[in-house]
Amino acid sequence: MSKFKKKKSGGIPAVNTAALPDIVFMLLFFFMVTTVMREVTLKVKVVTPMATEVNKLERKSLVSYIYIGEPTDLLQAQFGTADRIQLNDAFATKKDIIPFVEGEREQTDPAEVPLMTFSIKADQKAEMGIVTDVKQELRKANALKINYSTKKTDKIVD
Amino acid sequence: MARRESPEINAGSMADIAFLLLIFFLVTTTMDVDTGLTRKLPPPIEEELEEPPEVKERNVFQVLVNANDALLVEGELILVSQLRETAKEFIVGDKTFTDESMPEGRATDVPLLGKIMVSKQIVSLQNDRGTSYEMYIKVQNELVGAYNEVRNEYAQQKFGKTMQELEAEDSKLSEDQLKAVKKVYPQRISEAEPKNAGE
Repeated sequence: MSKFKKKKSGGIPAVNTAALPDIVFMLLFFFMVTTVMREVTLKVKVVTPMATEVNKLERKSLVSYIYIGEPTDLLQAQFGTADRIQLNDAFATKKDIIPFVEGEREQTDPAEVPLMTFSIKADQKAEMGIVTDVKQELRKANALKINYSTKKTDKIVD
Repeated sequence: MARRESPEINAGSMADIAFLLLIFFLVTTTMDVDTGLTRKLPPPIEEELEEPPEVKERNVFQVLVNANDALLVEGELILVSQLRETAKEFIVGDKTFTDESMPEGRATDVPLLGKIMVSKQIVSLQNDRGTSYEMYIKVQNELVGAYNEVRNEYAQQKFGKTMQELEAEDSKLSEDQLKAVKKVYPQRISEAEPKNAGE
């Protein structure tokens, strides 16, 4: 810090901000490591229902999502308002679920495949028919660990 | 060009760059924890249809939800808010297992507690394709909640601790106690095979 010594004395010495980048970088790395980028653009409207007996989903890398709901307002002109399934970035039909499960399995460490969870993020207004179809396909694909995505609430109303 | 000292790189703007990146990550980061009801699906049915094991009517707690989101439990129309209590009554059953309307008991080996009578209760849930997902989740939630409450009460009575306390505790004993409670009140929520009317 020879730079500072050369300064003429007198006046209030400037606050040393040399460590500021270090602090900021530290925060930056923290956020870089913890951040999870939203991988998919939602094409369906999903408002998950409320429940009281919820569990936390751990190990996010082992969770794959299946979205069910009606297309977003922008896409309704093209796709109508019937409930649809979304896998990754595109609309899908129930026939696509087995390949999707296989694909997700391939991307996972074989030792961790049994721990994989498929989370169904369905809109509360969706009908059970489509959800049942998804569940049946998941069973066929032997993906038996599932999770119904819900928000936590204190009380259920009728 | 003889310089007396090499000029230092001006690092003053480094903080600005770092701040910029920091703000970017701060904005894009999602700290939300995903929550949900974790369930286990039954394994796929084999091609050659086996006879399903016979279950006596008194052991089954029948929950039906129709397309209008109406709830029929054991033949009675009730509200979701009443489901938990009704389900709890059934799961606990009667202590002597003599009541004809309550499930039968079966002597089972339970860790720590020895051979005791355990209820053969099964909750059967059947819904229509037109049932709303919200209603389905509510019913699922109440059924899981009923099991949790029954287990909690039992754990409190036998071991003086709730299930959460037992889970938080990390010892051999608490693990066995958890297993015992789960063995006495196994969570049996069976969902009927969906009927395919016109594929």
